[in-house]
Formats: sequence, structure tokens, C-alpha cells
Amino acid sequence: MSADPTDQNRTLIRGARVLGGDPADLLIDGGTVAATGTGLAADGAEVIDATGLVLLPGLVDLHTHLREPGREDSETVLTGTRAAAAGGFTAVHAMANTFPVADTAGVVEQVWRLGAASGYCDVQPVGAVTVGLGGRQLAELGAMHDSAAGVTVFSDDGKCVDDAVIMRRALEYVKAFDGVVAQHAQEPRLTEGAQMNEGTVSADLGLGGWPAVAEESIIARDVLLAAHVGSRLHICHVSTAGSVELVRWAKSKGWRVTAEVTPHHLLLTDELVRSYDPVYKVNPPLRTEEDVLALRAALADGTIDCVATDHAPHPHEDKDCEWGAAAMGMIGLETALSVVQHTMVDTGLLDWAGVADRMSYRPAAIGRLTGQGRPVAVGEPANLTLVDPAHRAPVDPAAFASRSRNTPYRGRELPGRVVHTFLRGRATVRDGKLA
Amino acid sequence: MKRHLISAADLTRDDAVLVLDTAEELARVADRPIKKLPTLRGRTVVNLFFEDSTRTRISFEAAAKRLSADVINFSAKGSSVSKGESLKDTALTLEAMGADAVVIRHHDSGAPHRLATSEWIGGAVVNAGDGTHEHPTQALLDAFAIRRRLVAGPSGGLGKDLSGRRVTIVGDILHSRVARSNIHLLTTLGAQVTVVAPPTLLPVGAGVWPCEVSYDLDAVLPTSDAVMMLRVQRERMNAAYFPTEREYARRYGLDGDRMARMPEHAIVMHPGPMNRGMEITAEVADSPRCTAVEQVSGGVSVRMAVLYLLLGGSEPAVSTTRTEENTLA
Repeated sequence: MSADPTDQNRTLIRGARVLGGDPADLLIDGGTVAATGTGLAADGAEVIDATGLVLLPGLVDLHTHLREPGREDSETVLTGTRAAAAGGFTAVHAMANTFPVADTAGVVEQVWRLGAASGYCDVQPVGAVTVGLGGRQLAELGAMHDSAAGVTVFSDDGKCVDDAVIMRRALEYVKAFDGVVAQHAQEPRLTEGAQMNEGTVSADLGLGGWPAVAEESIIARDVLLAAHVGSRLHICHVSTAGSVELVRWAKSKGWRVTAEVTPHHLLLTDELVRSYDPVYKVNPPLRTEEDVLALRAALADGTIDCVATDHAPHPHEDKDCEWGAAAMGMIGLETALSVVQHTMVDTGLLDWAGVADRMSYRPAAIGRLTGQGRPVAVGEPANLTLVDPAHRAPVDPAAFASRSRNTPYRGRELPGRVVHTFLRGRATVRDGKLA
Repeated sequence: MKRHLISAADLTRDDAVLVLDTAEELARVADRPIKKLPTLRGRTVVNLFFEDSTRTRISFEAAAKRLSADVINFSAKGSSVSKGESLKDTALTLEAMGADAVVIRHHDSGAPHRLATSEWIGGAVVNAGDGTHEHPTQALLDAFAIRRRLVAGPSGGLGKDLSGRRVTIVGDILHSRVARSNIHLLTTLGAQVTVVAPPTLLPVGAGVWPCEVSYDLDAVLPTSDAVMMLRVQRERMNAAYFPTEREYARRYGLDGDRMARMPEHAIVMHPGPMNRGMEITAEVADSPRCTAVEQVSGGVSVRMAVLYLLLGGSEPAVSTTRTEENTLA
């Protein structure tokens, strides 16, 4: 496909329900939204019949594992961004736990360049907080910020910055360039040998428990640290009802704390682990029904700011084995919007404007992205997603653009289908197919 | 019965009684000069052991051989498995060799379940202990020993379950596959189960198990018909599950004084291997009330019954073969 960002093609989207509202037309010209209204003249523009489709701002993911460099057997920047586009995303944040780790300006620039070359969606690299994700020595956060990649989000995701002093310093240090530390909240000692949520199911299955308190104790510490030094803190993949309460409390104090939830934690519970199928093995682990309901309510009321996929590709052999030997993580880019529709929209907890907020505006704002997560309005960049909410079909992993297939939704019927995705006016997905 | 034996929860009350009754019949064979039955002649049983366990492996091996099955012992140590071969590839290899049953011991909870549901192999899977999950044949042999000692009567207990019997399981419940399987099986058979342990060695979530939970051994001994002492690994102390061996032994170990507080008919059980001086004193271990040795001998009969019922036909385990045996004789 052409990767030319100055593509001058004009497209008229006819009859789309903008943010789920009444049908309207929208004209894209030169990568920006040129006009909105009803009965717009095609005037030579290519016309897309969007009857019945909901028009959203292009989705933004704060938490994506693209695996390149190092684990190209599971995903590359190209395959990952194709998966992102297929899922309606126009920007993703590429996590730092690659090989080598994205802890230098050189690595984040490499990922950033690969993203720019792919042309399917914007790739904003996340920088590691500490050298090699080791938790001991701060990485050159300033150099990564000053690089071409312009990093503002820093995370040791996959590992917790468990040393309180290192965490404090990182929070303070990134204030100089309005950065944010995205914490993977997992107290390491409390989760040694952890294989699944600790509770009644782990008691039956004899699998090592990952207690909620291991997440909550770190969140409690970190919101207090963030308050103390006046820094921005983001909590990755909040998974428990108790974490929700802590985030709610921190926000009530006016502290600069934001949080994300994954689609899988909005839908799946640890009861699925009874199958011992490693496709359900993920970190943080699937929790209980009570947690799922608390997370949905928190996303609905804004306590949790956004949905982030934690798209974590793994090669087949790392899941086609016994539970204890399996890798943690599940892919999510291509099912995220469907799961959010299923759990939040179809349940009446969130309308489509709310989806735009939680999956585009807010994550872009947390990542300080410019040109992404913008309103659907004249003069704004034409980063747009059109979804058919009436479509229902079983999930077919064979149809995924991702290089990996480790989805927990295989065969599960989910609503919604991304029909078109536009990145600055250029179609990356057209009629449900990658352009 | 189901096609595999992965969890004691797979067994209904009638399934479990059938296993015990079959084991009882087969046990009589053990008293004959020729212990071997031709029941599983031509069938192949693989003992796939990813974890050292001489006791369980030889018990299964003896069971399969007494039924005339061909037995292949596959120990992970020193094999391709220790060179990184996956469970899947090992399973595919065994399948290619035509294993009719795979008896698997694995350090990961759920590995036998995975093997049975993965379609890697077509044969029956018998869980011989997986991680800290289950050990269903151990529970069956424990039930067998309890029935013989506490229920039997003139019929040898045939057809009977364990209704009304009170069984107390003491020790490292958190890490015990024996405890999990016994809680399922003994309650299925009508027994009332109480688990006793320091709170650190009970799983969070044990509250919903179909058993009583107590931290006080002395309080439950007078109302126990059977007291099952679990092996407690000394290494647990290093992870702060309890302060010292001596403190553990004082609070949760079974010694002569405590045994005296049990009802006269009550038995002491141990799945072995014992830590004498830790969870059980020599005085108790060597007393006639301790069934540890009977548990081992019953174990062979119970495993014969399991293999027979999973692999054998619908015909009786012993009577059909008796004729053949006589012919051979």
C-alpha cells in the first residue's frame, strides 16, 4: 500500500452515525475532515455507504506488545500494526519489553521508524523505566524523550518497578518533560510462583495464587508517591475491585492518576482456568465475576480512564503445552472493540460517545499524542473508524492479521465488526479488509 | 466411569464403589500363588513420570503387570524431556508407539488434564499426581483402606460407601494433591471430612470446599474415625509457612499422647513417605492403628481396578479370566 501521508484522495462517508448519533455525511479531504452535515455533494469524491455504521475517532491503544525487535516469531511492527488497523486502531503504544529492551534512544527510534514505515497505524514507542527492565537503574528517560520517537510514556511493563525509591525518582524525573510512568502493579514477593488468581478456583486447581493484594498494595503505594511528588502516574491493566477503589480514592484527592483496563478483564473470569487451557493464562490473571463487574462500573463512571488491549502475542508452541510451562498473555487488538461493545455498550453502561472517550480521546491524552484522539470535527485529522454494531459472528483466529493466534475468544460469538479504518484520510481497512 | 481418571471429582459415588469393589476382588488374586491375570494381555500401559516417585511408579507397574499388560516406563530424567522436549512431543511419541493408557506424574498442576483434552493422544489418561492439584488413585486407595478397617463386616464391604465416617486430614493442605483428591472422593462416598493445618498451609478459598476447616488438631481428634497425616516438607519452613520443625510437630504432629485421645476404633493413615518425628512419631507410625503399609498393598489392587475399568471390557475383572487361568494351570 502507499504510505504517502499527503495522499490527496477525497472520500465522502455517507450516512454514518457519528458517535452513535443520527446519520450524517462526512467529507475527508487531504487527510483531514473537510466537512460534515447531511446531503453533502460527492463532487468527485469516492463515496462510502456507511448506512448503519457507527463512526468513531480512530482508536488509540496505550498498551500493545509489538514484539519487534527480538520476538519477530510472534509479531512484528508490521503485522502488529496491521492487526491494530483491523481492530479500528490508528495509534498504538509499543511496550518496551523487547529484545533488546527499549531502554535507549536507539531502540525507541528503531521501533518508531518501523512504525512509520508500516503505514497502518501510528506507533508511539514506550520507553523502559529502568535499564533492561531490571528495576535498579533509571534508563536514559530524557534521551528517549528527546529522540525522534518523542517518548512520554515510560513503563517496565511485564515487571513491576517494585523498589519504592526507584519508582519515586522515575515519577519525579519525568516531570521535566510532562512524562508519565505506567506501572505494572505486581508485588514480586507476593506473586512468586503465581499461575492464576488466588481464590476458590486456585484452591481447587492447585495452581500458585496471584493475590489481588499484590496489585493493590503497589497501587496504594504508588498513588501516594505520585501525590507526594506531584507527578503523573498511570496504572496498567487494573484487574481487581480493590484496585478500582484505590484509584477512585486517589482521583477524589485530585491526584494525577490514570488507569486502564483490558478487554479480557472486562469479560473473562478465573472460572475459565478450570480448563487448564493456557490460552487463559495472562498477567495480571483473570479474576472473579465481582472484579469484572467492578471494572465495568469503573470504566463507565470514568474512574478507569481507558481500555488498553495489552495485546501480547505468543507463538503457538508457547501456548500448546501444559499450563505451568505456558507463556502469559493474550492477543487483543482485533477483538477489543467487539468486547467493549459486548460488555459496555450492549449492556447499557456506555454509549458510543463513551467508547470514543475511553478508547480514543483519553488514551491519546494520557500519552500526550497530538493528532490522535481528536473529535470528529471539521479541520481535525481524519483518523476514523467505522464499525457495524449489528454484525455478530464467532471469532475466527485464522482470519486475524496478527502473526499470533493466542486469543481467548476462539469460537465465541461477539458483536461488532470494524468495516473501515482511516489513518489521516487514507483507508487502512476498507470493507473489512486490510487496504 | 469416564474415559480418563484426572480428578477424584470425576467419580460418582457408584463409580467409586465400583472401583473399590473391583479392587477387593482383585486383591484376592494377590493371595494366590500365581498373582497374574491375563485381563490386559496385549495392551500397553505407559508410566510417564516427569517427577521422581518410585513408590507410585512401581505400584502402577505392579498393577499393570499383574493384569498382563505390557508396561513401558518413561522417566523424564535423563531422557529427551530433560533436553527440552515438550509434553506434546513426548505424548505424540507415546501415541505413535500405541499406548492404550498413559499413567502420568507431572510437576505441573493440570498436565494430565491437558494431556487428556489435547487430542495429542487417544488412550486413557490416569493422573498419578500432578503438581499441587490431585492424586486420585491415592484417594481411592485411602478409601479402600478406610472401608476395609472401618466398614467391612462379613461382606468385605462390597457395595458399601463410607457414609457417616469422620476423616480428618492433617498437614500441608495447601500443597497437597492427596488432600484435594481425598476431599472430593471421601465426601462423594459419604464421609465427613475435616482438614487441619496452620492457616498458612491452607489455601485461600478453602472455605468453599465441602469439608470443615480447623486450626486445632486436639479439638477434632476425639471425633475422628480416621486421621490422615500428610507429609510436611521441611523446606516449607524456609518460606515462613511455619517457624520451626519443632513448633510444627508440637502443634500439628501426631504423637502417642494425641493418638490416645482418638476413639479406640480410630485409625491413623499416612500416604508416605513419612517424616518420622515431624508430622508423626515412630510410636504412632509403628502402632497397629497405623495403616500405612496396608495402604501400599491396597494401592496395587486399586490401581489394577482403575486400569481394568478404564481399559478392560465390560466383563468381570476376575471371573472370566479365572477359567483361562485354570486352563493355563
